[in-house]
Amino acid sequence: MVAIFLLIALQLVGEAIVTFTGLPVPGAVIGLVLLYIILSVRGGASEEMTRTTGFLLDNLALLFVPAGVGVIAYLPLIASRWEMIVAALLVSVTVTIALTALTVSRLARRSAAPAAEATR
Amino acid sequence: MSPAVGADFLVASPLLWLTLTLGAYLAATMVSRRFGKPPVLNPTLWSIVAIVVVLVVTGTPYRRYFEGAQFVNFLLGPAVVALAVPLYRHTALIRRSAKAVAGGLVVGTLSAILSGVLVVRLLGGGRDLWVSMAPKSATAAIAMAISGRLGGIPPLTAVLAIATGILGAVLGSAICRAVRVQDWPARGFAMGVTSHGIATARAFQEHEIAGTFAALAMALNGVATALATPAVIGVLDRLG
Repeated sequence: MVAIFLLIALQLVGEAIVTFTGLPVPGAVIGLVLLYIILSVRGGASEEMTRTTGFLLDNLALLFVPAGVGVIAYLPLIASRWEMIVAALLVSVTVTIALTALTVSRLARRSAAPAAEATR
Repeated sequence: MSPAVGADFLVASPLLWLTLTLGAYLAATMVSRRFGKPPVLNPTLWSIVAIVVVLVVTGTPYRRYFEGAQFVNFLLGPAVVALAVPLYRHTALIRRSAKAVAGGLVVGTLSAILSGVLVVRLLGGGRDLWVSMAPKSATAAIAMAISGRLGGIPPLTAVLAIATGILGAVLGSAICRAVRVQDWPARGFAMGVTSHGIATARAFQEHEIAGTFAALAMALNGVATALATPAVIGVLDRLG
């Protein structure tokens, strides 16, 4: 119970912070940062917190389903321009994943190389 | 209670739509597992398809469906908070990758905004469409807020964001394989920056490190997209 209480309470605190500061971030992301700070101070997650978060993250794919079903309300809006939309999404997703993966992989290798050398 | 009245009662009950949501997801997950979890059998995608079919066939309005499904939707917030646990567990690796993460964020955020906008403009789409497209790689909630502020159509942006999430979850591994990127941090980060939570869910299925970097990318990109989109749209508006 402590774990689920903390997850919900930290999101609430996050929402409150966003409301008062006008930060361009969802409250849940602030809640994530707060939980991270708590874990750092505590030196790790309790067994219960590990179990609860593991359950939520194992089923993360489920949580997007209700919002995704909302697509039906806007099908007419998309229908008239669907070719353009499909083309843009396909190009954008492919290019962005490829460019980002290459960038991260190259930069990680470059910063890992001197370290590997030093340990030799 | 007569059977007809009983059926009306059930259809009006939030419990029916909550059960349908969980049932569709459970079925989609079982089928996916049965075939070794290939990306095409994405459980989010096929649950949505199955539920949309049921709603269309029964003539059920989305609002009524959501009365039941909102309980699932509500857990999204706590799940985002929960991402702190794997992020904390892999702090050392993330710290070591700080430079790569920063570079990936700049490239990913700009590419996500620009590539979608440019294709729509090349194909002759109007400003309302390309502005709605611009923030699609951020989570739906952030993307809708940005789109509304800049003259896009927020509900259209929500649909684009979800479609982007599903596409990234389905295509992510194949794209990374095509450009020969094998390491989990790079693959996860690319999927999270491009396709937010839905691809993060997929990344966690592939490897915990991939999921952790996807979560990191998703959180950073939400903020970066909110900051960068108005600037990019401003430049494009001035160029005409």
